[in-house]
Amino acid sequence: MFEIISGIILLVGAFFVLVAAVGLIRLPDLLMRMHATTKAGTLGAGLILLAVAFTYGDVAVIAMVVATIIFIVLTAPVAAHMIGRSAYYVGIDLWQGTIVDELKKAYKEGKAGSDPQVKVEAEAESVSDDQKV
Amino acid sequence: MTLFLLNIILALIWTFVSGSFTLGTFVIGLILGYLVIALVSPAIDRENYVGRVWKTFTLVGFFIKELFKSSFRVALDVMKPGQFTMQSGVIAIPLDAETDLEITLLANLISLTPGTLSLDVSDDCKHLYIHAMYVDEGVEAVRNEIKSGMERRILEVTRA
Repeated sequence: MFEIISGIILLVGAFFVLVAAVGLIRLPDLLMRMHATTKAGTLGAGLILLAVAFTYGDVAVIAMVVATIIFIVLTAPVAAHMIGRSAYYVGIDLWQGTIVDELKKAYKEGKAGSDPQVKVEAEAESVSDDQKV
Repeated sequence: MTLFLLNIILALIWTFVSGSFTLGTFVIGLILGYLVIALVSPAIDRENYVGRVWKTFTLVGFFIKELFKSSFRVALDVMKPGQFTMQSGVIAIPLDAETDLEITLLANLISLTPGTLSLDVSDDCKHLYIHAMYVDEGVEAVRNEIKSGMERRILEVTRA
């Protein structure tokens, strides 16, 4: 019985990893691709680990599985956020199906995106420009 | 925090009394200890420990439900042959969450749910900018879904 359950979970997990791979190739722009890889990847890896825990049913294995899932859930969104933000920041093209972009306006009005590091560098540059004059 | 310790102590006592030191008995002890604390909570529960733990578990359950629901939606669209018909967009979400912990938690959970990806926070921490894959039903619909779903539940945990 356990074998059947873990087999099904394993297959569903593998399916989501496959979806992540296909989505990475098929989806139209970088931000959409980030959706496929981080989420479907997380769910797929999580389900495969769950199947492993089901198969062995050992305390040591379960503890390791839980720890691994926790670390995937902790790190995946941070990586996705950083890649997505830096890609947006350097101005990648969004596909034609993008109907609203409220962040662009915020960047223009200076409400967001003023990275402290960038600000410091910009000020340093303006100071050195003043000295030249 | 003290009630959390009490809960662990009750679980340990349960493990000692039942005589088998396994993960299973400890977990059962935790659940029983929680029920005992819930039973006497009006007398000792000043920090709303019972409510917080309950809300945390409902948040986890809600998140797993959302994860599966939207994963299947994304999977269906990725596997469907032909051109993509969905409409995406970058949307500003006004934040009720104030502390760094609340905003970080919200941004991470939004990133983990398929179909939405948090991109940036405004300088005054009043808005969260997310990239949403499905804006077909309008910007307001996405905004309401996140505000009344994920954000409300997070605030129930942190401010209970």
